[in-house]
Amino acid sequence: MKKDKKFDFGPYLYILPAAIIIIVFRLVPIILSFIVSFYEWTITGPGEFIGFANYLEMLRDGEFWQSLLNTLNLVVFVVPISLILSLVFANFLNGITKLKSLFRSIYFIPTVTSMVAISIVWKIIFNQQTGLANFFLTKFGFDPMGWLAESRGVFDLFLSNFGLDFSAFISGISNAIGVNYHTIYLIFGGPSLALFCIIVVTIWKGLGYNTIIYLAGLQNIPKVYYEAADIDGAGKIKQFFKITWHLVSPTTFYVLMMTTIVTFQVFSQIYLMTGPPIGGPLGTTKVIVYFLFDKGFGESNNLSYASAVALVLFGIILSLTLWQKKMEKKVHY
Amino acid sequence: MKKTITYTILSICGLLMIIPFIWMLTTSVKSQLEVNKGNVGFLPIENYKVYFDGENEYLVTVVKTVGDSAIVHLFDEKMVRIATYKKIASNQITEKKEFKLHFENFTNAFNKVPFKRYFFNTLFVSFSVVIGVLITGSLAAYAFATMRFKGRDFIFYLFISMMMVPQPVYLIPSYVLLNHLGWIDTYQALIIPWIANIFTIFLLRQQFKTIPSALFDAARIDGCGRFRTLWTLVLPLSKSVIVTSAIFGFIGSWNSFMWPLVMTDSPEIRVLQVGLSYFSQESSAQTSLLMAASTFSILPLVLLFLILQKQIIASFASSGLKG
Repeated sequence: MKKDKKFDFGPYLYILPAAIIIIVFRLVPIILSFIVSFYEWTITGPGEFIGFANYLEMLRDGEFWQSLLNTLNLVVFVVPISLILSLVFANFLNGITKLKSLFRSIYFIPTVTSMVAISIVWKIIFNQQTGLANFFLTKFGFDPMGWLAESRGVFDLFLSNFGLDFSAFISGISNAIGVNYHTIYLIFGGPSLALFCIIVVTIWKGLGYNTIIYLAGLQNIPKVYYEAADIDGAGKIKQFFKITWHLVSPTTFYVLMMTTIVTFQVFSQIYLMTGPPIGGPLGTTKVIVYFLFDKGFGESNNLSYASAVALVLFGIILSLTLWQKKMEKKVHY
Repeated sequence: MKKTITYTILSICGLLMIIPFIWMLTTSVKSQLEVNKGNVGFLPIENYKVYFDGENEYLVTVVKTVGDSAIVHLFDEKMVRIATYKKIASNQITEKKEFKLHFENFTNAFNKVPFKRYFFNTLFVSFSVVIGVLITGSLAAYAFATMRFKGRDFIFYLFISMMMVPQPVYLIPSYVLLNHLGWIDTYQALIIPWIANIFTIFLLRQQFKTIPSALFDAARIDGCGRFRTLWTLVLPLSKSVIVTSAIFGFIGSWNSFMWPLVMTDSPEIRVLQVGLSYFSQESSAQTSLLMAASTFSILPLVLLFLILQKQIIASFASSGLKG
């Protein structure tokens, strides 16, 4: 290859338009967010340097911890359920030829529709008076439920059904370790029924995408493994656990990572489905992104605190991603 | 046998997945009165009582029945009250069931707030973003894939690492930045920050790398410059990835909510998702109007999806394998 004597600016010109946008609207804001979090900062601009005050404030802020707990509840329920359901769907879809694309499209429609519109629809589905959920419950002889207006935890509701005194259990723990009842309830009561509705919607929305990803993963597994297993007389279920589960693991890691990242950032469902006041009954559906949105653009207009919360969220997501990457290397096929 | 079970399970699950949409459609053509009466099943069938006095037919609500007679309110077909606490014979009242579709919900919802404007804004923003993303993306990807220059890999991986940063993190500083630029509540705020997409650059670079270098050599020997090579050789060979990128860009832009919610305020700039969100807060009791509004706001993307379903599903599937 002939070397040019003059410095070649060409390549830089090609990346320039993209680079300007990415630097100005991605890199600069990321750096700026650290700066903002160390200053008092409102809509009018920067105030005094306050160091780590925002981060220390967060440690004391009960509302922050509750929204973090709500977010974790959301992630802990959404990610595994979505993963299992989408793998099952993908397996069924992979086993058929007729109507395959029809089913695939049906599962996929929620993925392309906007979260705003479907949140509105689901909010009405869970409406106590005119909703479809209570319509079905009463049709099948159950009592109607409060759904999005219900602040009691799902474990509490479930166990109370069998006549168990859940609140006695909670006060027992509360007295034993000397932490107030409310905090123990939030931790052991499980997500509130209101948050559970959000969990349902979040799973429903992401299921189609995960199914498609799994389907692509399954199609990459060479048929010969299954043919060999058939000859050896292994049943379909055994084949699934001995072959499919292992060979589809790169996809599982991808689905796990993406669903976790996306679920940590849930916002629209909360903003549209719960409330007023947004954040649901007793703040049980307030998730971290809604919390920081409310801090930054709500009444207090504390952009600085909101920025600090956002960076903590980033830290959590980043460490989980790195941990999952590490795990993935360990379980490599 | 086994196939039957598979198909049954798939059908039940499929039904569960689309029930919200079906219910949205059926509720969108119901009258609000029926919904409020608790008639929330799937069929838009209206139950009502009528009274015929020999000349005209009136709608009736029964207050009380006393023996053979009933005390009723009478309404005309527009639900305007004609008479109150009128005593009539019970056997003059007949129950009627009617299958009725209230398509006027759609026009009512559409005209209640400037949805026309919101649609225009959303289309304008989405198209601008897609065009921008394709231009900046193919230029950058072309350089990353085919040229050698100092710092290439560093810049590329710096970009890729920024893809990891979640939107809520740069939302607040971006607001500060856009506020400083005086861009809050303008189209620029919705378009400019989004006209370069790292994932698109990544996808296009992967594609451009698959083009054999012999083709580039041939182009160079023929005296074809860099830009002409991109335009006449590389891009035509990458049609499917370009379509994929355009689809991602369009769907993402059309559905984005948090960003426009924060960055804009006035109805002139408002995009569909934000407009729909405000509409749902203003008319939270108007269930059938809300369902109508939800229906027409998802319709364009659902139609796009139905037309391009193979391509769209393949695009999303490939995002998993490469991402």
